[in-house]
Amino acid sequence: MKDHFTMDEPQPRVLDETKQGVIGTPMDRPDGARKVSGTAGYAADHKVEGMAHGVLVRATISRGRVTDIGRASVMDLDGVIEVVTDPRMTRNPAQGMAGEAPVQPGDDVHYHGQPIAVVVAETFEAARDAAQRLVVTYRKEDAASDPDATPDTEVGDPETAGDFDAAWAKADVRLDRTYTTPSQVSAAMEPHAAIAEWTDGRVELRSSLQMVRFNKAELADTLGIDADRVRILSPFVGGGFGSKLGLGPEAVAAAIASEKLGRPVRVVMSRQNVFDAVLRRSETRQRVRLGASKDGQLLALSHDDRVSNLDGEGFAEPVSQASQFLYRADGLSFTQTVARIAATPAGSVRAPGEAVGMVALEAAMDELADELGVDPVELRLNNLPDTHPMDGRAFSTRRLADCLQDGAARFGWADRWTRGTRREGDWLIGMGVASAARSNMLVKSAARVRLQGDRAVVETDMTDIGTGTYAILSQIAGEMLGLSPDRVDVRLGDSDLPGASGSGGSFGASSAGSATFLAAKRIRRDIARKLGCPEDALTLQNGRARGDNREADLSELIDQELVGEAEIEAGKTDESHFSAGFGAHFAEVAVNEWTGEVRVRRMLAVMSMGRILNEKTARSQALGGMIWGIGTALTEEVQSDARDGHVVTRDLANYHVPSHADVPGDMQVVFLEERDDWANPIQTKGIGELGISGAGAAVINAISHATGHRTYDCPALPDRVISSLAP
Amino acid sequence: MRPIDYRRASSFDDAAAGQIIAGGTNLLDLMKIEVMTPDTVVDITRLDGLSTIEAEDDGLRIGALVTNTMLANDARVRAGWPLLSRAILAGASAQIRNKATTGGNLLQRTRCPYFYDTSQACNKRSPGEGCAARGGAGRMLALFGTSDQCLAAHPSDMAVALAALQAEVEIRGAEGRRRRVPIHDFYRGPGDRPDIETVLDRGDLITAVVLPRPLEGARQTYRKVRDRASYAFALVSVAGSVTMDGETMSDVSLAYGSVAPHPWMDHDVVAMLEGERPSDALFQRAADRLVPDSAPHPDTDYKRTLLRRTFIATLRQLTGLGDATGTDIARTHG
Ligand SMILES: Cc1cc2nc3c(=O)[nH]c(=O)nc-3n(C[C@H](O)[C@H](O)[C@H](O)COP(=O)(O)OP(=O)(O)OC[C@H]3O[C@@H](n4cnc5c(N)ncnc54)[C@H](O)[C@@H]3O)c2cc1C
Ligand code: SF4
Repeated sequence: MKDHFTMDEPQPRVLDETKQGVIGTPMDRPDGARKVSGTAGYAADHKVEGMAHGVLVRATISRGRVTDIGRASVMDLDGVIEVVTDPRMTRNPAQGMAGEAPVQPGDDVHYHGQPIAVVVAETFEAARDAAQRLVVTYRKEDAASDPDATPDTEVGDPETAGDFDAAWAKADVRLDRTYTTPSQVSAAMEPHAAIAEWTDGRVELRSSLQMVRFNKAELADTLGIDADRVRILSPFVGGGFGSKLGLGPEAVAAAIASEKLGRPVRVVMSRQNVFDAVLRRSETRQRVRLGASKDGQLLALSHDDRVSNLDGEGFAEPVSQASQFLYRADGLSFTQTVARIAATPAGSVRAPGEAVGMVALEAAMDELADELGVDPVELRLNNLPDTHPMDGRAFSTRRLADCLQDGAARFGWADRWTRGTRREGDWLIGMGVASAARSNMLVKSAARVRLQGDRAVVETDMTDIGTGTYAILSQIAGEMLGLSPDRVDVRLGDSDLPGASGSGGSFGASSAGSATFLAAKRIRRDIARKLGCPEDALTLQNGRARGDNREADLSELIDQELVGEAEIEAGKTDESHFSAGFGAHFAEVAVNEWTGEVRVRRMLAVMSMGRILNEKTARSQALGGMIWGIGTALTEEVQSDARDGHVVTRDLANYHVPSHADVPGDMQVVFLEERDDWANPIQTKGIGELGISGAGAAVINAISHATGHRTYDCPALPDRVISSLAP
Repeated sequence: MRPIDYRRASSFDDAAAGQIIAGGTNLLDLMKIEVMTPDTVVDITRLDGLSTIEAEDDGLRIGALVTNTMLANDARVRAGWPLLSRAILAGASAQIRNKATTGGNLLQRTRCPYFYDTSQACNKRSPGEGCAARGGAGRMLALFGTSDQCLAAHPSDMAVALAALQAEVEIRGAEGRRRRVPIHDFYRGPGDRPDIETVLDRGDLITAVVLPRPLEGARQTYRKVRDRASYAFALVSVAGSVTMDGETMSDVSLAYGSVAPHPWMDHDVVAMLEGERPSDALFQRAADRLVPDSAPHPDTDYKRTLLRRTFIATLRQLTGLGDATGTDIARTHG
């Protein structure tokens, strides 16, 4: 039987009462050794008997129709088995949590780089060669691919609170700035890959996916079969960052080719395929208007943005998400415009919205502080809202002020000098700050826990995308059952297991973690019954149960497997309370006044994001996010050709994620204690994406503090910094 | 990658049998994406005598198979020609430098992204096909020495250092004759055949690079500006060697990277500096001379400013006019 739990009221802090004492400890991840020794089996690592190899063929026009796939041009090549096309093939990955087939374009081409066929051969090399040699004939159509120039735009209705125009008119100081951020990609280390195999009308797909429950529905819908004929396995994922939320075209191609050829087929994307056909983060053009009174009270706040996507994609980068709850103002207004272009479609990339929206908002706050002559930390502290500015919900917990103050003290903010006045040789030195915020979510999740003597197993289709799910679920179950986590096995990423949220939106640990907690809690009830004590008198520690003067070893007490299964979903607390992670980023940079090169010298993030389940994996998440912030501020940019929309930077030599030398040795992360009773029964909040939210802005603000000049276009590449110095 | 014939050269004559492969760090990438499609690949890595660095007269003879790592770390190079060491270490990554060879580095192909994408027209890949980079995204393209047919820049850092050091390339022809070509004559501009990048003939094998006698007491540096702190090709680079003769500059040698289809040199600029006292005004005037009035592609217009500023900053540091904190200036010693 499955317990069902709805988050309708604040929850007691059970994990502060239990006695095992493993929650929050910086435990090593149990899967770590396998990962560094190459024995963790990622999707493409499996060798299946009789497996053929598929390579995707991309469209080389930006709009039109395939009139001849050119099968004859490659069928004579050694080892080539078939050129597979099919009306069920998909043009791009599903958007996150779609649960249904992505667009299936048939012979139509919607963007340059769209997968239009899969060439299958006996070897990977033969398939790749044939995919490159295939001579495809098209009928071309005109299409706009330049997001700035396309006439095809959809302007959303403004989201407002109060009267922005009136508040703006009243303001003593007005700042009206436009910022741009380029398209970015997730650039997960493991390229997208899938192996499909059919047995008795059922397809088993090994793939690298973040949200197995949704992916199963997506594959079934794409193929037009019942979901119970689909099994998905995704036990290890080599990074996702949103790029593996939805079922990808490589997985669909593998499933279709395998069905047609009657043998297992593996399709692995090349890095170039990943750039061409995996959802990117949209470029943004953002207009931020801040109006304030002379004494530094925000009166008017508006954040309008323009993003792009391909027709038929429902996703639009939610740029102003954090701007809608971070600060108070009398009038707030947010309008989004979506430009429709023929180019690689856009979707969720780590912290959609905040990752780029906060760069603009927080840079504008910094400039406003300058205009007002107030300290940037003070300006933020003075403008925190009492309740959610748009809908009036109470904040569940919010320690933003503590984060800013604690961070300022640790970073030596008080010693900050006047803008543009400190140099070391040719290097100009500056410090910057930014708030961090990322809304927190609870997504329906189930998990099952089995207790066999003093060993337990956690089972859920939740994924570990390098984040530490294996570690934290073993800690949660271990804590609840009084077991050392190494006595808890965690099985993940199998669609036959109870369906969880999957990894996305930083909600995985909270959602699947809560389901695991509830499943284990149910077992505690059974243990108490067996021991003969009330549940609230039960203490479980190191494999021993105690309560009401009774004691027993679990290995003896539990003579038959105990199974607990639970499902959790959001409820009334979500309507009454707004939950988000908060933090403050600080950065110090050196800018070369001749060449415009920027080097980050140190960074600090102070964060309050609910209960920390594992100090080490949490810290890694925060650090990873901060490094993305450096990338956003300084290095990362997808360049596309405005004429046909094709991605020009199609490999990691041209798309610059930060290298080690871009990341300073001095990267500090501090967690402030917090319990969010309104969020979920384990009092956690999302962690991963908070690290990136605002981090880039701290770097951008530090640059302007160093040079005395502002840059409005990210990334701040050397030439952009130079032109800001000598406009 | 197309199926290939793989041959291992056991004599110098064998090297003419096909496309030479040394470290393979550039050739293999290009073969995988079928930008280069040789039928036969000849592995020269077992050939004798190409993997050592030997003293020759007062200079050094560097075998073509000497790895970038070995060359950069060689104690003689670090002492006598430190700018070469610095240029190599500014390039690629440690893993790649462990495989990359001296000969291969000189012959690495451009990083113009259109050259790498077979869906795009490229005269360097297929002469006469057109140049998709013109009118496209061109941040990495050249500033000097381009032609109507091709705007691409040469990406090597090592070659820029070798140009500033006035090195020579030793070549063995198919018929067995050896010749030496100064590095600045080794490359040819794109003209209407951008696919032909050097003076090498069919069957030629690079056997060595030869460094002339080192300059005692020269100040040298390799200044590379790029889009991230490491592991990126240069936007512009300046290789410089200056000896201060009392208050004046002598033995000035400068070469510029990632701004032309080959290491760029400007003798007029050197002539303006030679024998003069360093001053900001002089460096500004020299920069005016160096930097062209316009860029061949709008996306490389920034390189005019960036080259000017990097040039001035480098000279200031080499001559002691500027503060050298945080930079990497070396003084040569024998
Ligand atoms: C990710 C990445 C980043 C890089 N970054 C940089 C950088 O920042 N700066 C930089 O300068 N370089 C950089 N490189 C390029 C690297 O330096 C070159 O790939 C390397 O030097 C080539 O040497 P190789 O021995 O591997 O050449 P190969 O790939 O084996 O050969 C290259 C070419 O040279 C020819 N060849 C090789 N040896 C001989 C010979 N003896 N005689 C005649 N022909 C010969 C081959 O036929 C082939 O055409 C980078 C490369 C990669 C992959
Ligand atoms: S610039 Fe040269 S290398 Fe680049 S596309 Fe044009 S012809 Fe090819």
